[in-house]
Order: sequence, then structure tokens, then C-alpha cells
Amino acid sequence: MNAPAYNFAYLDEQTKRMIRRAILKAIAVPGYQVPFASREMPMPYGWGTGGVQVTAAILGRDDVLKVIDQGSDDTTNAISIRKFFAKTAGVATTTSTADATVIQTRHRIPEASLHAGQVLVYQVPIPEPLRFLEPRETETRRMHALGEYGLMHVKLYEDIARFGHIATSYAYPVKVNARYVMDPSPTPKFDNPKMDNCAALQLFGAGREKRIYAIPPYTSVVSLDFEDHPFNRYRHDAPCALCGANDSYLDEIVTDDKGSRMFVCSDTDFCETRQAQGHRGSESAAPHEEMVHG
Amino acid sequence: MADQEKDDDQPLLMAEGLGKSYGRLIACRDVSFALYPGEVLAIVGESGSGKSTLLQLLSAQLAPSAGRVSYRMRDGVMRDLASLGEAERRFLFRTDWGYVHQDPAQGLRMAVSAGANVGERLMAVGWNHYGRIRDTASSWLERVEIDIARIDDAPRTYSGGMRQRLQIARNLVTGPLLVFMDEPTGGLDVSVQARLLDLMRNLVSELGLAAIVVTHDLAVARLLSHRVMVMKGGRVIETGLTDQVLDDPREPYTQLLVSSILPA
Repeated sequence: MNAPAYNFAYLDEQTKRMIRRAILKAIAVPGYQVPFASREMPMPYGWGTGGVQVTAAILGRDDVLKVIDQGSDDTTNAISIRKFFAKTAGVATTTSTADATVIQTRHRIPEASLHAGQVLVYQVPIPEPLRFLEPRETETRRMHALGEYGLMHVKLYEDIARFGHIATSYAYPVKVNARYVMDPSPTPKFDNPKMDNCAALQLFGAGREKRIYAIPPYTSVVSLDFEDHPFNRYRHDAPCALCGANDSYLDEIVTDDKGSRMFVCSDTDFCETRQAQGHRGSESAAPHEEMVHG
Repeated sequence: MADQEKDDDQPLLMAEGLGKSYGRLIACRDVSFALYPGEVLAIVGESGSGKSTLLQLLSAQLAPSAGRVSYRMRDGVMRDLASLGEAERRFLFRTDWGYVHQDPAQGLRMAVSAGANVGERLMAVGWNHYGRIRDTASSWLERVEIDIARIDDAPRTYSGGMRQRLQIARNLVTGPLLVFMDEPTGGLDVSVQARLLDLMRNLVSELGLAAIVVTHDLAVARLLSHRVMVMKGGRVIETGLTDQVLDDPREPYTQLLVSSILPA
């Protein structure tokens, strides 16, 4: 079925124009949350309705789409969204980071560095970095407008006072273009440095909260910190069990009920590419192949 | 030093013909006075007399319907508060001014630790060194007699008196020149009030703070202030040195106020 009842990429053209106008404004004011008239999408809030709308608005017929969920191309959410656009827009899809022109992501930035011309679309649950510090939205908007970000450091202070170090490990606040403080969606803070001076365009869509924001290519993105408690990335201290990578963000996988676990790359495309190149880890034989032989 | 003395001759805050009306209701009318550096002014009167409205007008939280308030900025220039941009006004509030609310929950962040409450103003003016912020916060907690061991506790675990002292520390940490206080001892029991008043009196004289204290409690006015303004029905009906007004009131209403204090 080609679903002829739908317009290209599901949304009607007027809606896409409205979203594109918001995107253009967001690119013009890096890090600023632009309100937009978020539409009802055929999926629940929290599953990426914002990201899907942004993707629908920017997708062209020649685009190659990749969708990842926690770095993985083969989780339910990623597959569903990929199929959704394959069906409603008929665009080519891929799992390869390098081949994709549009990458929609939830919670990760791919390990392979992005190149000019690519667009990374983030699904954002809560766009307001000050949300849990200042409950009044009128007040947080005023704080953004006046650049009053002392409160953001209060959160980091509380972390250090309580845990001895900055314990915020995801949705770690950043300052974009030396102006707006922004929530980079719940990506692990390991990924924060990849946003800085990135060659690709980064777009953030929050469907429930009706906000779009953006980081244009080659824009400075600085993670907030204290002089005596500088920002640092965090990753489990282990190589990937499948490809042996020492520099990728790792998922912890519990393998039995006796405390055994293994660490594997969260970015499946990165891991598979490395395995195809001949890199091996301690558990290299894939489980299903073991089943065949055993 | 000579400059300092010359500066002290100039008023820090001036109100001229200040008034506020809500339609036909006049909350406050024709208030004029000058406040000098290091001076403590008490505004007394019964509920509904316009004290709190006046305090909000003076601290630029409310726009006046008539008259104006001017404040001498750190560069020595008197500026009309209405002409300040919002960013400048808010900056003033974080640096030069303090505001002590009657209800500490309004002036504090109840869910974050006491140390962060005190440190917030410092971080807002660009302090970026955790160790220094924490040291300053602890020295201020010490000054307002809060046990250092409680620095990481949230103020919602504090008693009423401690919350009020924490609020004072939070306001004074950036070395303000002027502090507004709205019924600072309201809702506290008598012994806690006495301790708080003692603390405030010492801090005000030590730091050379100017303060405007709104209170219905004449004892607070007597202990803290140099001058008193008595308000009734939105007007200032009597003003003068505290001892003079409280010991020898001229207006019948002031006489009534003074005589209605219960003997201790």
C-alpha cells in the first residue's frame, strides 16, 4: 500500500511551512526555544512526536533517513518511525550514519562524526532547562530573555554538595553561541562535546511542549561547570565486548541473574561497522550464531 | 574617605509625591521622603494603611500612579527607577538591594540546600568557583547563627526563625546597600523575634546598611529604626525620629497606636 490518502511525509504542506518557519527562526537564534503549533501525530507523546514533525517538515524526496533510539537502529521506536516515513514519504532509509542525510535520534549522537549537509533531529521531552528549578514558565522565559542563568549553576552546586561531583549525567545544560542555555534533550553528557562546532545542522523538536530549537553548523556549545569542578564526559571503563572500541559510549547489558554483565557500544551502526572492519571484542560471536552451532 | 563622607550627605533613595491607586481605591498617596546611606526607616501603621504597597513602589515591584522614586546607583548618579530597564532593575535586586519577605518561603528556594540558597546570588553575578561559593555561604551561615552542619539541608527542614535568618544571609551575601523588609518578624514567637532583631540590628550597623522596614509592631520599629513614618489610609500622617514619635506622638492616631501596645 502506498497510502495515497496522505500528503508526502504525512503532514500537509501548510503545516510543514509553519514548522519550517519555526525552524528558520530557531536557526537564526541558536538555542532559543521557538513556539510552534505542534500537531497531533499518529503516535503517543513521549515517543518522538516533536522529532517526527521536524523530520516531516525537512524531508525531501532525495533524502536518506536514519532513525536511532538510544543509539540503536533496531529498537521498536526507531524501526516504527523509519517505516512510517518509508511509507508516507517513500524516501530511502539506511542504518549507516555516513550515508544518511537526515538522522532522527532519541538520546544519542552517533559516534561517527557528522559531516556538512547532514541534519540531526532530536526528540525532546522537556525543552526547558530551568523547568525543575523555577516552576513559573513566565519567569523562565524572562530569565532566558535577560540571560540570567545563575540558577542553572544552583543545580550543579546541589550536585556537588550532595554527591561530591557534578552527578548530572544526561540532559546536561549547555550554553549555545555564548547566549542561551539549552537542554540538549536527554542525551548522555558523553555526547555534549560532539555538539560543539559540529558540521551538521542540529534541530530539536518537542511535540508535547510545542517548542523547536536549533544549533546551526559550526556553533559553539559549552557545557556549564565550575572552575574547580570542570565538565567531564562519562563512560563505563571497559572496551566494547563486541568490537573492542575504547572510545564509544557503552550500554550495560545484564546477561544472567548472577550479576554477570557485558558492555557493548550503544551506537549499533558504529559497532557493526567496526566488526565488519575486523575489530573483535571479548564476546565477538553474536548470540544467535552460537545458538545455530550449539 | 572624603568622597565617602560627601556621598553620605546625598540621599540613597528619594520618593517624591508617590501615589498608587487602583481605580477609585487609593492605596497610597503623596508620599515624599529621602533615605540616607546607613539609615533605617520604619514604616508603621495598621493593616490596610498602604505600608506594603508603599514598599512595593519603593522597590520598583509596582509602578506608581503618581510621583517617582529615584535611587543613587553605585556610580553616584540618581536614577528614576521607572526609567531603568527590566534587566537593570533585576540586576539591582541581585546586587545592591535585598528584600526580606514576611514569609520566608517567598524569599527562599525551599527545595534546594541552604548553601545553594545563599550562593545563588553569587552565582547570578558570575561566581564560578564552587569552593569559594561554599566558603562564602558557610561564613554567612555562621554570621546569622545557623549551624554549619545544616548547610546541605533544605530550608523546609528549618524552623521559622532559622528560615528567616537564612533569608537574611541570602540577601546580604552580595553586600547590598539597601534592604527592604516586609514584616521580618511576623509569625515568629517572642524569643525568636528578640534574637532575630538583635541579629538584624548588629548586621545593619556592622555593614552600614540602609533599610526600610515595614512593620505593625512598634517594638520592632523602636529597636531597629532611626526614623519612623506613621501611615493611615494611604497617607503619611506623622514622621520623625523614632524616639520622638514613639515617646511623644503628636497625631491622635499615633497616640492611639502607641497607647495600644500591651505592657510587657
